[in-house]
Amino acid sequence: MKEKDELIVLGIESTAHTVGIGIFSSKRGIIADEKSVYRPAKGGIHPREAAEHHSKKLPSLLKAAIEKAKCDPHDIDAVSVALGPGMGPCLRIGASVARAIALKLNRPLIPVNHAIAHIEIARFTTGFHDPLVVYVAGGNTLIAAFVEKRYRVFGETLDISLGNCLDVFARETGLGFPGVPQIEKLYSKGKKLLELPYIVKGQDVSYSGLLTKALQLYKKGSSIEDLCYSLIEVAYSMLVEVTERALVHTKKKEVVLTGGVARSRILQEKLSTMCKIHKAKFASVKSEYAGDNGAMIAYTGYLAYISGIKIPVNESFIMPFWRLDEVDILWRS
Amino acid sequence: MEILGIGAEAILVKTKFYDFEVVRKTRVRKAYRDATLDSRIRSKRTILEAKLLAYSKCIGVPVPTVLYVDAHNATIIIDYIKGKKLRDILDKLPESDLRKIFHAIGREVGLLHKAGIVHGDLTTSNMIVSGGKVFLIDFGLGYFSKELEDRAVDIHLFLRALESTHPNHVKVAFDSFVGGYREIMGEYVDSVLNRVKEIRLRGRYVGERRKRKYKEQSFYKPQQNCEEKVGM
Repeated sequence: MKEKDELIVLGIESTAHTVGIGIFSSKRGIIADEKSVYRPAKGGIHPREAAEHHSKKLPSLLKAAIEKAKCDPHDIDAVSVALGPGMGPCLRIGASVARAIALKLNRPLIPVNHAIAHIEIARFTTGFHDPLVVYVAGGNTLIAAFVEKRYRVFGETLDISLGNCLDVFARETGLGFPGVPQIEKLYSKGKKLLELPYIVKGQDVSYSGLLTKALQLYKKGSSIEDLCYSLIEVAYSMLVEVTERALVHTKKKEVVLTGGVARSRILQEKLSTMCKIHKAKFASVKSEYAGDNGAMIAYTGYLAYISGIKIPVNESFIMPFWRLDEVDILWRS
Repeated sequence: MEILGIGAEAILVKTKFYDFEVVRKTRVRKAYRDATLDSRIRSKRTILEAKLLAYSKCIGVPVPTVLYVDAHNATIIIDYIKGKKLRDILDKLPESDLRKIFHAIGREVGLLHKAGIVHGDLTTSNMIVSGGKVFLIDFGLGYFSKELEDRAVDIHLFLRALESTHPNHVKVAFDSFVGGYREIMGEYVDSVLNRVKEIRLRGRYVGERRKRKYKEQSFYKPQQNCEEKVGM
């Protein structure tokens, strides 16, 4: 039963390989988080196939989420959806369903930026108020902090993301998907540090050369354990170094790690070691909300809703290249 | 001895070297990095930084003078520059001073680039305003290059640092900077700025990247050329 003054927001995520439905309640927190992940038989994500997977899974996920939340569809006060950034065909599925629900229930539609949702769910689950954010996933690698109404980017990858670099390495060397846990398993068996390009440009990193060189060494017969050790060591150290630079530059007192790669124990340890030097607090997003999920969209949708942000259905276009620093964060001052 | 600052990679201590007031900059070991990787990076950067500082001094760019180098301990000793970090005073400066300072920075970066030096970390934390001059410090990520790409990355990072740290002064600051840079590099500045634009488009999820343009929305302030809507 819905309490008095309780606000319930539904959130739909479908930006890449994950389709998810989350429900957030202003009284009870996250009350549902259902998801399904598209796994390609081989190669990377095929946007059209992923979209097909999403459209097949969404109805049952929606039903399961509403059952889990023990609420009536009419209890929902607003419908939020990740309109970007992400893959067009995938985004369209979530957007279509969100529009349909909003029209059917006659509720406002709330646009949510996927990257902002990763940041907000990290703040929500760690209780950190004003952290420096390290957002690492398959599609993103960036360091952001809240300055003057927006999350500003203080460092990012100049080419491919960290998750992408590791996933492709794992795929090409037959370690499978997802790549990070597989590579990290071999990491502890590696002994020798191979010479790989360590590329930090100012507060930015570059991973494409690192990936190319690592694959070259693999083809030349370098030991896979040493390669995994060196790749992880170089890739994470680069990221921790730019995070350290951003931390000193912004003078923030907290660092939060979010996104799919946030589950990595090794990366968490490295960042935590670095934070101790600068007397900053460190925490990682709760692991169940590290990867893409609907709950983070619902929660961010709730924040946007109480700040008066909504979008008419006929203007709710998807935004595949929507950068996080284009969004005004009205719920923070 | 006085600790001036614990930077991202080094500890700066103000001390005496003979009769000079100096800064001892030591790159400290990072426990989060593999030990071999760590010492390789620290000694490489120490040697390079000393070289870059010495070259920059020779071509008349205000930088600290290098007095001593110890690569093994990743330490350099440079003279102490009395002044204020631009980052800390920028937001309070009157616009005329802002223009003057950024014009000077533009000239200095122009001189560096002309001589084949890329600073690598142009942020307002790495600029010290002292006696009417702007000193550039921390060449720890610098290198020697005359490539258009490297020069453009240098300026791209500077612009991004301005946007993230001083969002309200970007236009005045960057325009003045470009004016100063143009005085040294002439028309070449246009190719650099074009490349900067290109580099920005390489970033993740940049609206202009595929010439797709977004519909203007109340909560979203579009950047230039982002006014058309995306077809569904």
